[in-house]
Amino acid sequence: MKITPEEVQHIAALANLRLSGADIERYTRDLEEILSYVDQLNELDTSGVEPMAQVLHEGNAAQLRTDEQGRSFDQQTALRCAPLPGEGHFKVPRVIER
Amino acid sequence: MDDFKQLTVDSIGAGLRAKRFSARELAREALRVAEAENRASGVYLSFTPERALAAADRVDAELAAGAEIGPLAGVPLAVKDVIMTRGEKTTCASRALERFVAPYDATAVERVERAGAVIVGKTNCDEFAMGSSNENSAFFPVRNPAAPDRVPGGSSGGSAAAVAGGYAPISLGSDTGGSIRQPASFCGAVGIMPTYGRVSRYGLVAFASSLDHIGPFSRTVKDSALLLGTIAGPDPLDSTAASAPVPDYAGELNAQVRGLKIGIPKEYYGEGLEHAVGTKVQAGVDLLRGLGCEPVEISLPHTRYAIASYYLICTAEASSNLARYDGVRYSRRSEGSGTLREMYRNSRAEGFGPEVTRRIILGTYVLSSGYYDAYYRKAQEVRALIARDFAEAFETVDAIVTPVSPFPAFKLGEKTSDPLQMYLSDIYTITGSLAGIAGMSVPCGTTQEGLPVGMQILTNHFQEQTMLNLGHAFEQAGGFEG
Repeated sequence: MKITPEEVQHIAALANLRLSGADIERYTRDLEEILSYVDQLNELDTSGVEPMAQVLHEGNAAQLRTDEQGRSFDQQTALRCAPLPGEGHFKVPRVIER
Repeated sequence: MDDFKQLTVDSIGAGLRAKRFSARELAREALRVAEAENRASGVYLSFTPERALAAADRVDAELAAGAEIGPLAGVPLAVKDVIMTRGEKTTCASRALERFVAPYDATAVERVERAGAVIVGKTNCDEFAMGSSNENSAFFPVRNPAAPDRVPGGSSGGSAAAVAGGYAPISLGSDTGGSIRQPASFCGAVGIMPTYGRVSRYGLVAFASSLDHIGPFSRTVKDSALLLGTIAGPDPLDSTAASAPVPDYAGELNAQVRGLKIGIPKEYYGEGLEHAVGTKVQAGVDLLRGLGCEPVEISLPHTRYAIASYYLICTAEASSNLARYDGVRYSRRSEGSGTLREMYRNSRAEGFGPEVTRRIILGTYVLSSGYYDAYYRKAQEVRALIARDFAEAFETVDAIVTPVSPFPAFKLGEKTSDPLQMYLSDIYTITGSLAGIAGMSVPCGTTQEGLPVGMQILTNHFQEQTMLNLGHAFEQAGGFEG
């Protein structure tokens, strides 16, 4: 499995990560090594195998609660966690040009 | 006071009832010892003295009023710093959440406090629970109480070392691919990954949602049984918390183990297993045989594919879960970024350490357009095969006994340069995680160098009682000493 630095750069952009040149080099190497390792899964014929998307088993699954209005955070509690709250909102750099 | 470092839930209850010490004295002692040694041990990231003393005072007031107290009342407890504690820092050992104060309690936290347990602090761990050595903590490493130049294992290294090192008799950790069982084995503690869905994940900061579990650490099997019984059960706040009734684990602990069939999977005793570990676990199996259990060789044929499947699934889920750390709502924000996009990228770059970044990159790659079927779907299919291996085995055996890790605790820095080698060390724990079954590490002696070795007991979904009974019988027969 050959991975290029450009691919890592592209993936980092998708994941909103900023990487330095040395980072890109390192993660290109790591990704290549790990993906070569996981290639062994292709030794297995999994045709007809249902992917395991659900861990809980029938009979043990959770019961859904009734859909009733309950208590939630107030705005102040949620905003107290934010690095830059203001006027009851989360502040971010300007996204709309005037 | 009794020797604080040796206390168990039982001895604390007896001491409190006999008025040999108060819950407040106990809490202060727990805080004093842990704080005094924390620079050397690295166990705690923060302490919660006000909360601890308030909880202790409630217990003392009940005792003074002549009320009956429950088994966990007044017991100091450490909580891994990926589990939310209202009004206290919950950092996930990450720069991204360095200043984050949790706005609510995890269900497990609420339940232990309702039972009277006294939370003394938040324990160190690998960043966002990603790692097998605790060296990925953004702040400082944890040292193994049995050998300070060695790692405690990970990711719940602080919670394991808190119990084994004598700072708290019980603690809570989280296990995604072995993060409770492996540090328990490295440090010489009891550690449990309950069945997926047995314990609510509400308030556990998400890493890989289909694999994450909260579970207990303790010095005795009975204490883990008590703690598990307290935190287990359905929860309207977690739709994956199963409705299956919770047995009286501690009350049923002495049930007969004679006649239980113990599966010995040959794939777990072959290449890669260090001799010093293998002989200890083999001796443990022999002890179980002596107790009347019947060891049977079995095969779990897809074992060798588990790590590949696991590292595709967990990184895919992690890349999705960690998208929320955007520097807007609660995580660290980078100062002075011009645009919103730059702010996201700079905040995440400053917030995440190398292992977290590596896993986000891998996870984003395997979920990206054109690769989904080749990687994520394939991994989920192989996961189904691994789960089927266990389902078939449990048709004929009551439990499966294996090593926890191929080797004992390694030296700090020894494996940090090669991520894949670090991943490969999780081979014996990852399989049970993928299958969603229950697993426990119990101490089974030490190597000649004095390093603890753990024996893993796996049981089928919601069969924790059998697992605990085996562990308890093993402990009573002297198995912990090896």
